Amino acid sequence: MRKIFERPKSLAEAAQHYCPGCTHGIVHRLVAEAVDELGLAGRTIGVSPVGCSVFAYNYFNLDFVQAAHGRAPAVATGLKRVLPDRVVFTYQGDGDLASIGAAEIVHAAARGEKITVVFVNNAIYGMTGGQMAPTTLVGQKTTTSPYGRQQEVAGYPIRVAEMLSTMEGAAYIARVAVISPQSVARARKAMLKAFTAQLEGKGFSLVEVLSTCPTNWGMTPVEALKWVETAMMPVFPLGVFRDWEVGEA
Amino acid sequence: MDKRVVFDEERCKGCELCVTFCPKNIIYLADRLNRQGYRPATVTEQEKCISCAICARMCPDCAIEVYKH
Repeated sequence: MRKIFERPKSLAEAAQHYCPGCTHGIVHRLVAEAVDELGLAGRTIGVSPVGCSVFAYNYFNLDFVQAAHGRAPAVATGLKRVLPDRVVFTYQGDGDLASIGAAEIVHAAARGEKITVVFVNNAIYGMTGGQMAPTTLVGQKTTTSPYGRQQEVAGYPIRVAEMLSTMEGAAYIARVAVISPQSVARARKAMLKAFTAQLEGKGFSLVEVLSTCPTNWGMTPVEALKWVETAMMPVFPLGVFRDWEVGEA
Repeated sequence: MDKRVVFDEERCKGCELCVTFCPKNIIYLADRLNRQGYRPATVTEQEKCISCAICARMCPDCAIEVYKH
C-alpha cells in the first residue's frame, strides 16, 4: 500500500483557525507544496499580513515575519535585498494588499523586487466582519454596503493582476481560482511558476487566487465556490497576464 | 481491507467540499460530533474508493490522507 497524498512537509500540523470551507487552507497547502517541490524549505521566508491570514506564521514550517497592515511587500523587499539567496514571499488578502497596502504592492512591482506575492482575493474583508473591500463587486452586499456596492459612491473593484501586469518590473502575474479539482491543479502550477520566476532572478511575481468567504458572504462553502464562478470570475477573469518566458500576455 | 482514504476526524470542520467533489459519491458527514462540534466527513465503502485524492486536494484543512494498493 502506497501513500499518494499527505500533508506537505512545509505545512505545519497546527489546526488552522479558518472558518469551515474557507479556501485559505487550500492556498496554504499549495504554497507549501510549491516550496517542497522546489526544495526550498530551508531557505524560504514568508511575510504574513494583517487579516484572516495574520497567523499564517503558525501554519507553515518556514521562517516568517508578520508585517504591519499592507506593508508585507516593503518588509519582503528588505528581507530579499539583505538576504538575496533566500526565497521570500508574502501572503496577503485583498483588504491588506489592495486597500491599505496598494502603494506598497504597486511600487514593489514597479521596482521589480525579486519576491513572490500570494494574493488571496475574496472580494470582502473577512477578519473584521465582512466590510466592503476595494475588490468588492458592484452590487455586492457587505456590512458597509447593505444595499450592494454602488459605483456612484464607492466606485469599482480593483483588478490587481491586470493593473500590476503593466509594470515592467513584473516577471509573472497570474490569476487563478481554487474552486474545483481542475482549478486547484492550475493554481498549483501557477504557484510553482511564480516561485521559479524568483529563483531565476527574473523579477516580481504575483499569483492572485480567487478565494471564498462563506461566513461573510452568508453562504454554505459549496454555494461560495459556485459564487466565485458565477459572480467573481466575470469581473476577475482567470489567466496569465505577464510571463517572462513568453513576453506580455 | 486496509483503508484507502483516512480522515483526521478531529481536524474536519464538516465543510462538505470533499463530499461535493468525490467522483464516487462515497463520502458523507458522520452522524456524530467531533470535539470542535462538527460532523466529520467519513467513508465506510472503502472498497469503492479509487484513490484519486480529489477529496484531499479540495480539503481546506488537510485532514485527508489517501493510499493506493
